[in-house]
Amino acid sequence: MHEIEMNPSPKVSIKFDGQTLQANEGETVAAALLRQTHLAFRTTAVTGTSRGPFCMMGICFDCLVEIDGVPNKQACMTYVENGMRVKRQLGAGDTGVFLSDEEDTQ
Amino acid sequence: MSTSKQTADAIIVGGGLHGCATALYLAMRGINCAVLEKDYVGRHASGVNAGGVRRLGRALPELPLADTALSIWRNIEDLVDDDCGFESLGQIKVAENDAELSALKNRAKTVQDIGFSHEEIIDQKQLRELLPAVASHCIGGLYVNGDGHANPYRTVTAFKRKAISMGVRIFEQTPVNEIVRHGTNWLVKSPSVKIEAPIIVNCAGAWGGSIAAQLGDYAPVEAQALMLMITARMPRFVKPVVGSQGRALSFKQFDNGTVMMGGAYQGRAEPEQNNTHLSFNGLAKNACAATAMFPIMRHATIVRSWAGIEGVMPDNIPVIGAGSANGVYHAFGFSAHGFALGPLVGKIITDLIDGGDIELPIDAFRIRRFSQNKDT
Amino acid sequence: MKDHYDIAIIGTGPAGMAAATVASAHGADVLIVDEQPEVGGQIYRGITRQSIKDRTILGDDYYKGQNLAGAFAASNVDHVSGATVWQVSPEREIGISKDGAAHLLTADQVIIATGAQERPFPIPGWTLPGVMTAGSAQILLKSSGITFSNAVFVGTGPLLYLIAYQYLKAGVPIRAILDTTPKSNRLKALPHLPGALSHLGSIMKGWKWIKALKSSGTLFIEGIDDLKITGKNSTEAIEYLVQNKWHRIETSNVFLHQGVVPNVNLAMASGCVYHWNEQKLCWHASTDEWGSSNVPGISIAGDGGGIGGAIAAEYQGRITAYQALYTTNKIKKQERDINVLPTRHALAHEMRIRPFLDAMFRPAVQFRIPTDDATMVCRCEEVTAGKIRASVSLGCAGPNQLKSFTRCGMGPCQGRFCSLSVSELIAEARNISVNELEQLRLRPPVKPLMLAELANLSTFASEDT
Ligand SMILES: Cc1cc2nc3c(=O)[nH]c(=O)nc-3n(C[C@H](O)[C@H](O)[C@H](O)COP(=O)(O)OP(=O)(O)OC[C@H]3O[C@@H](n4cnc5c(N)ncnc54)[C@H](O)[C@@H]3O)c2cc1C
Ligand SMILES: Cc1cc2nc3c(=O)[nH]c(=O)nc-3n(C[C@H](O)[C@H](O)[C@H](O)COP(=O)(O)OP(=O)(O)OC[C@H]3O[C@@H](n4cnc5c(N)ncnc54)[C@H](O)[C@@H]3O)c2cc1C
Ligand code: FES
Repeated sequence: MHEIEMNPSPKVSIKFDGQTLQANEGETVAAALLRQTHLAFRTTAVTGTSRGPFCMMGICFDCLVEIDGVPNKQACMTYVENGMRVKRQLGAGDTGVFLSDEEDTQ
Repeated sequence: MSTSKQTADAIIVGGGLHGCATALYLAMRGINCAVLEKDYVGRHASGVNAGGVRRLGRALPELPLADTALSIWRNIEDLVDDDCGFESLGQIKVAENDAELSALKNRAKTVQDIGFSHEEIIDQKQLRELLPAVASHCIGGLYVNGDGHANPYRTVTAFKRKAISMGVRIFEQTPVNEIVRHGTNWLVKSPSVKIEAPIIVNCAGAWGGSIAAQLGDYAPVEAQALMLMITARMPRFVKPVVGSQGRALSFKQFDNGTVMMGGAYQGRAEPEQNNTHLSFNGLAKNACAATAMFPIMRHATIVRSWAGIEGVMPDNIPVIGAGSANGVYHAFGFSAHGFALGPLVGKIITDLIDGGDIELPIDAFRIRRFSQNKDT
Repeated sequence: MKDHYDIAIIGTGPAGMAAATVASAHGADVLIVDEQPEVGGQIYRGITRQSIKDRTILGDDYYKGQNLAGAFAASNVDHVSGATVWQVSPEREIGISKDGAAHLLTADQVIIATGAQERPFPIPGWTLPGVMTAGSAQILLKSSGITFSNAVFVGTGPLLYLIAYQYLKAGVPIRAILDTTPKSNRLKALPHLPGALSHLGSIMKGWKWIKALKSSGTLFIEGIDDLKITGKNSTEAIEYLVQNKWHRIETSNVFLHQGVVPNVNLAMASGCVYHWNEQKLCWHASTDEWGSSNVPGISIAGDGGGIGGAIAAEYQGRITAYQALYTTNKIKKQERDINVLPTRHALAHEMRIRPFLDAMFRPAVQFRIPTDDATMVCRCEEVTAGKIRASVSLGCAGPNQLKSFTRCGMGPCQGRFCSLSVSELIAEARNISVNELEQLRLRPPVKPLMLAELANLSTFASEDT
């Protein structure tokens, strides 16, 4: 990683798999993770191999992560927000999250 | 293009599941046949449907057929050398309130009264056991053990391949433009081939009405665009095929984790152009039903939706049987539930052609029902 | 957002911005939507923020976008950013998703200006983490100032050299540039040189980038015949074949690029007809001189219809806007024609360099149609070239049937990164031309849509009625 000098922008902090990262306001989740040289964002649902962002413009869907409990989010199209919880997406996603029915049981 | 001229014992118009299955059964009896398909085999309803193989909720006249068809599905590999992705994980129609549950109870009783015992009422606890992810307000349902689903395109392709291996000639990209009498034969014309045979079977699906007209029969078939949508892969959370008593929904998860949904709402069909258009207001209602019944579906992402052109009859049951002229047979207009019957109807038509006994009651499906109604 | 507009435009790249500016200036009620939070499209990404301190890094061509973005900002249009358009129906019903909610609205005229994407580059290892498109490198640079030292740039085409040059200007060390331009292209491009000479400036600029890269001491290797990227869970090395000898460079970052192709999904799903362009090896919109498609009321402007570059995109945006104004009775025929004439001339001039560029940077066949059967073609469903060839030998005749045979093209990218390779691969295996194949049938939603969003649509719909 080699950072080019930019006009200063406010910082936000996000969590990636539990670990806290600093990011610049106005940048994508993918950019924030790549800045920390996290290249692999997920494993595929078909064979479980590692993948990371490829196109950075929203068309390849290889940057899918889980954001605040929602799977299949495009990291390259989602902008960082303070306190965001980002998780690597393993396979088709986390069954635990999927199977909870909490909002349904009053 | 030069037009080749050929003969056969039987000609089948339409290379959907019914056309291919009929061809296969005829070939197994040594009856030499040719299938003419205007696009490619499985291009329409047979290749793009939801794959449901069910007795649950079937119109009563279809029940004996659906029951017999299921026994073929269970051994489908013996017939076509491919399991067609058939899985028998049951089908459930869910009730969300007492009124729905009592409607289901009535249905179960009606079915029992005509001698079938496959539909059983389940309570909330049994429902939860079968569908752990179902919303907690659902109170029970109607369950059929043994129903299931198969992979449509794989199925129709397996029938096609097996038919070809038995000597059936299948002509794709070959629209039948004209059918005329030629002595005691039917002469079928398309741009690339002319074929004549004493027997002709109309398996033209949504286009069956115009083929019937050329053969001297009348059937008011409507081409409808039935819509489906499918999600990205999800962890497996539901096994049986799920329907709803109170909402329009058919819902199933495949082995690979994708979830398919649809039901009731139509897009717009342009059968002449082979084209369909989707209605997102309709799909939105399916989405509403799916998220209400399975809260975990809220975060599911839809990656594709499509519509298939299906022939629907005014009374929602198909046309199956002989036509009025000699050598004419029909099997079309399956009204949104003909995939499950595919492996059986070809056999029925073959029995009719081959002069064998028909064990199953098919009178309700005769094509004359429409012209009789018209006359009175 | 209103329920209905005179003119709706999708995309705020140069084509969309130019169209919106013209359309609103003549009193049309205009909506413009883009899934990015900022205007600029691909070339002028981040132009309104301009976060990079050193303006020489991105160069003058980039900052030219300021004028366009300035005029656009001053115009009176409904600009909805961060919103994805997932359908334009033939009746011009537009499905938009923003902030987790879906909306449907309509317009009398729709201008689709969805731009380009990079061409797939299916080689062994192209799915490994650490392998990205060169465009990605530029996006990271433009919007976040992020670069990767000692990356390897691989491929062909002006954009590849430009981005590598931007790295050079930014002082980022490049491990190597592996140029895959086939040597024989030069000869084939020669007949088109006279036409291109009217763009001597652009050609010289390209030479300048390449010269600067070569003289910078960066390893610059030409005549690459084969490639593979290796690594276990992420990129470890790239291997390349040159003059019958394999070489290996260790690196964690590879940037691939072999040209850009139209982003066709939205327009095709609307029913707009595209045809195969053998010179450009991609789909081209079958539009008339006004950018109008076969679907009444839908036109296509910019790189989404066919690659012409940013300046051409801007001109096409203007032309389609004038036609949309005319068809919605905002201007008279004469006013349309007078306004469009100079733009038409400028567009014709702009396009003169294209045949030369197309021939010069035509990607080699082995990098479009994988020779190694183990190479991944469909990244989403992990379908290899071998599996596709096997399906063809089982009777699979085209990309639609291939979906049913293998699930190829059925993942979330909806064929964006496989359909060109698939079409060429099947055509080659069947020994016919791509034109003779049935095209991939695309359907809305052209971008994945959350079920909850779709479900909300139904509550809105029932409240309305
Ligand atoms: C979206 C959808 C979901 C469905 N879900 C289910 C389900 O879950 N379970 C179920 O049991 N059923 C389902 N169905 C219904 C089922 O798919 C159909 O009833 C069944 O496939 C009909 O088969 P077919 O062979 O009669 O018709 P088709 O498959 O439509 O075949 C008819 C063929 O005839 C050809 N043809 C027409 N005219 C000519 C001509 N002039 N010359 C040559 N060829 C011609 C057509 O091109 C077509 O290929 C569904 C249907 C759809 C559309
Ligand atoms: C990654 C990349 C980098 C490039 N960099 C350069 C460069 O530096 N210099 C150069 O000369 N050329 C560059 N190009 C070429 C570029 O395509 C054109 O020069 C120019 O940007 C084309 O303008 P346009 O208006 O047609 O499309 P674009 O500028 O691509 O704009 C299209 C816009 O449409 C939006 N969009 C697409 N689909 C949807 C949808 N469904 N819903 C909502 N919005 C949507 C996109 O977000 C985008 O903002 C680049 C191309 C790519 C792919
Ligand atoms: S990196 Fe391609 S979609 Fe995000």
